[in-house]
Amino acid sequence: MSGREAILAKVRASLSEGGNDPARRAAIEARMAKPPKGVIPARGKLPDDARVDLFETLASKFAATVERVRSHADVPKAVAAYLRAKNLPAAIRIGADKRLAAMPWDRQKAMEIRNGPSDGDDEAGVSHAFGGIAETGTLVMTSGKDNPSTINFLPEHHIVVLEAADIDGDMESVLAKVRKKFGKGRMPRTLNFITGPSRSGDIEQKIILGAHGPRALHIIMVDG
Amino acid sequence: MQITSPEFKANSRAALADPQLQKALGNVRSGFIEKRLKAVADLPEFERLRDSAKAIKDHVLSNLDLYLEAYEGRVLEAGGKVHWCGTAEDARQAILAICRGVNAKVVTKGKSMITEEIALNEFFEKNGITPVETDLGEYIIQLRGEHPSHIIAPAVHLNKDQVEEDFRRVHDHLAPGRDLTEPEALLNEARRVLRSRYFEADVGITGANFLVAETGSSIIVTNEGNGDLTQILPKIHIVVASIEKVVPTLDDAAQILRVLARSATGQDMSVYTTVSTGPRRPGDPDGPEEYHVILLDNGRSAMLGTEFQDMLRCIRCGACMNHCPVYHAVGGHAYGWVYPGPMGAVLTPSLIGVDKGGHLPNASTFCGRCESVCPMKIPLPKMMRHWREREFERGLNPAVGRYGLKAWAFFAKRPRLYRFAAAMGIPALKVFSFGKERFSWLPLAGGWTKYRELPAPEGRTFMQQLRERDAVMKQAAP
Repeated sequence: MSGREAILAKVRASLSEGGNDPARRAAIEARMAKPPKGVIPARGKLPDDARVDLFETLASKFAATVERVRSHADVPKAVAAYLRAKNLPAAIRIGADKRLAAMPWDRQKAMEIRNGPSDGDDEAGVSHAFGGIAETGTLVMTSGKDNPSTINFLPEHHIVVLEAADIDGDMESVLAKVRKKFGKGRMPRTLNFITGPSRSGDIEQKIILGAHGPRALHIIMVDG
Repeated sequence: MQITSPEFKANSRAALADPQLQKALGNVRSGFIEKRLKAVADLPEFERLRDSAKAIKDHVLSNLDLYLEAYEGRVLEAGGKVHWCGTAEDARQAILAICRGVNAKVVTKGKSMITEEIALNEFFEKNGITPVETDLGEYIIQLRGEHPSHIIAPAVHLNKDQVEEDFRRVHDHLAPGRDLTEPEALLNEARRVLRSRYFEADVGITGANFLVAETGSSIIVTNEGNGDLTQILPKIHIVVASIEKVVPTLDDAAQILRVLARSATGQDMSVYTTVSTGPRRPGDPDGPEEYHVILLDNGRSAMLGTEFQDMLRCIRCGACMNHCPVYHAVGGHAYGWVYPGPMGAVLTPSLIGVDKGGHLPNASTFCGRCESVCPMKIPLPKMMRHWREREFERGLNPAVGRYGLKAWAFFAKRPRLYRFAAAMGIPALKVFSFGKERFSWLPLAGGWTKYRELPAPEGRTFMQQLRERDAVMKQAAP
């Protein structure tokens, strides 16, 4: 008997269940197709403005910095200002995201833009978020050529552009959008939920920012 | 790893006499409890979420065979592979075969208790493969040749001066005069050293907090980002997970995630919650080219349908040990195997046998704090009691205790005889106290009085005092 059959047989024996009970199978298929509505915290159900404000409050509480701009056209300027303020070279790593590509980067004359996944030598990377979750101040990122996963983790500074309109109250609402975009039961290779910059508490339980991932997480929220 | 659970008593004595350990354990007593309390107070729905999380896992466990099949189907659809492994040895061999397939020399690892359970690092070393732990705490204890003393804070038994010594010893290519007094400097050094290892590795191994049947995904929850670098940079990503990690859908994972980080570190969410599904897609510029899941049973299927099934709800948050007075006193290594604290006291006898792990369920005062903070409402004290009964039935505990208990039971089942004996014994003890309030030594109770004094009785039994009190109350009543 293969490992698979042996394990399944043991599980069934312990549960006193047979392998081919169509009613049981139908019940779990139905539950997977339409999971019961769980407990959604009240703070995950706020109306528009309060929801965006809560996202900003919580993301800041968990040590991200949040800057709000009025339009896409303001993003390159904000990125350049952030790099200057942090004393960083005017260079960014960026994927192939069309929304990012359409922004007026040419107005930042000195900015060096490297395209593609990060190779580990980037001080700053810029990504576009799939969405945000207000109840925890969390960014939601999907992998692919538009926003390669390496940009989320390798650069010292991760700058994320987030549309205020893409912020949902709770995690389940974002997951519904993921299903809608990628198809039910299908996923991008990596879905990252990111809440603040990387940190460790492994030495004497003291929290220190900047473990293996970015030391700083800067969110540029586009209100328009 | 070598199992020292049968030497729990000796381990505990050594731990109590270790000043470095006792200093480090102060961080557990002060930090975790307060942080959890605050996070829970900030979320009014926390109790309802606990019930929701528990119901999800109970549902999965009673349909585990079907969810495993559904999960496997989705992994295959997404281009991944599933290796069903009944035992630790099956898992080690399956992992080795994958690593040999790409002639792997260096394997990076995200934090994973299950790879401790299958003693993967020792096995890799025997087979000429270098395992590199990338979680800061795991990295530190790997340098020391130790094992984790806590399931989410593996190096919690150490102080920063010990870490500094290890870094100076191992990172001998760096300037000897460098300043490593602050934890920030230690973290930066580990970050620099490990960066090159991520790129060097041929295979990256992570555990899983959840496996999702709806999508064939594995989910890890981390704070450092090392688990992500471990899985997106090497050619191959291997996930090692035990069969009870499966949940039906992403929404179910979302329910449990709301209680996981809050119970563990007092965070609303861990920094990185990562959902991984299959290998990189056509056109993806990064991510692994192969995705393998080692699906391990290793004794879990035998716990289903028994009084220990509830233990399979455990999501490894560590809250039970963070709140355990025994863990606070002796730390994690005294438990002698992979899983310490109350969850370890229940799980260890299930996985390695009550003959080896039988001491652990005795290491409890039954204060009940573990159950009261467990996000999955696992009745840990009740299950420790089950183990004590089994240990007693099989005659595994020492003769003095067994005969003592039998003698006590003989009297306890005969209340009149019990009261008579107490009425004889208590005045006698009073006489032998020679007017002192406490005994510092008593025949047959040397083990007790060696560490503490026994208050001397005042001359009357509890029942005698109660009767007198009742009589007074009756007279006083109008």
